[in-house]
Amino acid sequence: MDNIITLNNIMFRYLEEEERPALNGISLSIERGEWVAIIGPNGSGKSTLAKTINGLIEPDTGEVTVSGLLLNEENIWDIRAKVGMVFQNPDNQFVGSTVEDDVAFGLENQGIPREEMQRRIRYALDKVQMTDFADREPARLSGGQKQRVAIAGIVALQPEIIILDEATSMLDPKGRNEVLSTVKDVKKRENLSVLSITHDIDEAAAANRVLVIQEGKVVREGTPEEIFSYGEQLIEMGLDLPFPERLKASLKKEGLDVPNEYLTEEGMVDFLWTLHSEM
Amino acid sequence: MDITFRDVGYTYQKGTPFESKALYDIQLSIKDGSYTAIVGHTGSGKSTILQHLNALRKPTEGSVQIGDRTITPTTDNKNLKGLRKKVGIVFQFPEAQLFEETVGKDIAFGPKNFGVGEAEAEAITKRILPLVGLDETFLDRSPFDLSGGQMRRVAIAGVLALEPEVLVLDEPTAGLDPQGRKDIMDVFYRLHKDQGLTIVLVTHQMDDVADYADHMIVLESGTVKKEGHPREIFQQAEWLESKQLGVPAAVKFANTIQKKFGWEFKQLPLTTDELAKEIAVFMKTHKQKGSKGRAEGDSL
Ligand SMILES: Nc1ncnc2c1ncn2[C@@H]1O[C@H](COP(=O)(O)OP(=O)(O)OP(=O)(O)O)[C@@H](O)[C@H]1O
Ligand SMILES: Nc1ncnc2c1ncn2[C@@H]1O[C@H](COP(=O)(O)OP(=O)(O)OP(=O)(O)O)[C@@H](O)[C@H]1O
Ligand SMILES: [Mg+2]
Ligand SMILES: [Mg+2]
Repeated sequence: MDNIITLNNIMFRYLEEEERPALNGISLSIERGEWVAIIGPNGSGKSTLAKTINGLIEPDTGEVTVSGLLLNEENIWDIRAKVGMVFQNPDNQFVGSTVEDDVAFGLENQGIPREEMQRRIRYALDKVQMTDFADREPARLSGGQKQRVAIAGIVALQPEIIILDEATSMLDPKGRNEVLSTVKDVKKRENLSVLSITHDIDEAAAANRVLVIQEGKVVREGTPEEIFSYGEQLIEMGLDLPFPERLKASLKKEGLDVPNEYLTEEGMVDFLWTLHSEM
Repeated sequence: MDITFRDVGYTYQKGTPFESKALYDIQLSIKDGSYTAIVGHTGSGKSTILQHLNALRKPTEGSVQIGDRTITPTTDNKNLKGLRKKVGIVFQFPEAQLFEETVGKDIAFGPKNFGVGEAEAEAITKRILPLVGLDETFLDRSPFDLSGGQMRRVAIAGVLALEPEVLVLDEPTAGLDPQGRKDIMDVFYRLHKDQGLTIVLVTHQMDDVADYADHMIVLESGTVKKEGHPREIFQQAEWLESKQLGVPAAVKFANTIQKKFGWEFKQLPLTTDELAKEIAVFMKTHKQKGSKGRAEGDSL
């Protein structure tokens, strides 16, 4: 099996005297080409976990392996070149004085030829619908526009792994879906691996596998369907209930019998139709 | 406190080569005690409008009336402090409003700035913390050494501590976990119901509009396209889709089954509870007309 990321028993405390470590023995592996969603309540350690992967945080104990390299001081820059990360707050990430410069920045660092660079910038800005804003200052954009530009920067880089840390939280549902399908396109072409940290159920549904983090530990994992079938427990895991589950709860309150198993929206329509015609 | 926009326009960096128009011809009114939701695409001008509600930005055209104050392009920047106490804004990015060394000082800053004594500011802080789901262990921590969702909670607490008359919220739940989102949205709603707080909420979640708002404003490319009760506006599902805005999940589902089953609901359900009630009506009336009459409680 070809693992792009392996974390082995990672422990991390921000402060030595802290009682509860931010990461408390995390082990996980992500296969090349896989899309993994990480969910979990506020403060459970998701962003900290992401930062160990590109060496922004050095674990107290445990090993991080990225694309076959055991992360250490010598290869940290090689590893960072493989990992494209979109931070939770895009303002922390902008370096260029214009949108275009900002997207170009990472590419220049990698010595990509000028023409190829131009092509990738155009493609990335077009994909996130920010072409018209190429000359604008990133700090002077709306919240959603900033998130789009941050994502364009990573799409242009074509890294081996993309880490999205709540990178779509300020987008409307349609904008979020557009961004996710852009990432899907790139993933298909480049055999990219994706790690997406999210509280959004649609974004989690885009993954092959979902990991649930609580208090610095991986407490559950499964396919999106397996995780979604936890029903009410999903809320504790840091995800909202899918709409059919919420409707089921409301129908129950109205005294209607509803099935226990997880229903998709179509499943719900079929169920109601059957119920109605049987009555 | 009523708020009225008359012919408002706003141009960023006006008079420079970089000027860009963010708002034009805005007419809108937010009634005292209402819960107003502002929706619209990325870049449509929502955050820019919100920053006019406490004169953080002054219109470059027209006027904004906030209670008995009228803000025009030439309004003096002095004497706005009273307004800042009455209208509290939670910004889109919480880091933008955190600045003190500790969480405790950050939350107490607002009240103290407006003349509340040390002891009372501390009492207010301790009362607000649990409302945003934080405990007292956070008080001595730096607001910058927190997770994204924890920072958001501190930023909200700081604005609640001001005890404003108008609470302005720019996507206040982005980055919160679902439990936190629900708890904090409920806190806002209770303040609205029990204390008559006026709330202005910017959100991309149409479900939140359906669950909480009694007034809705749809913006597009810098101007108001529709204003009315959410139930009126969500009736126009096709128009909203054409603006790429969508409707609450319950409305979408209601429209699907009405079409598929040939049902017609008495009124368009906006929430899952309303939808379940409408569905139950259909199930029950059908049953009374009674074909085989399955007993209630039978499983499938
Ligand atoms: N710079 C820091 N210094 C000290 N403690 C920190 C720092 N950053 C985060 N923490 C703490 O570490 C824990 C894990 O934080 P982390 O940011 O990884 O959470 P998260 O799962 O990403 O949460 P969220 O959903 O709110 O973004 C939290 O309790 C947080 O308060
Ligand atoms: N500081 C600024 N300087 C110049 N232009 C700006 C500035 N802030 C926003 N704009 C521009 O003004 C327009 C309206 O932005 P605004 O932030 O009000 O949008 P929004 O509706 O809040 O969008 P979002 O949902 O993405 O947060 C956008 O086109 C944006 O690029
Ligand atoms: Mg985080
Ligand atoms: Mg905004």
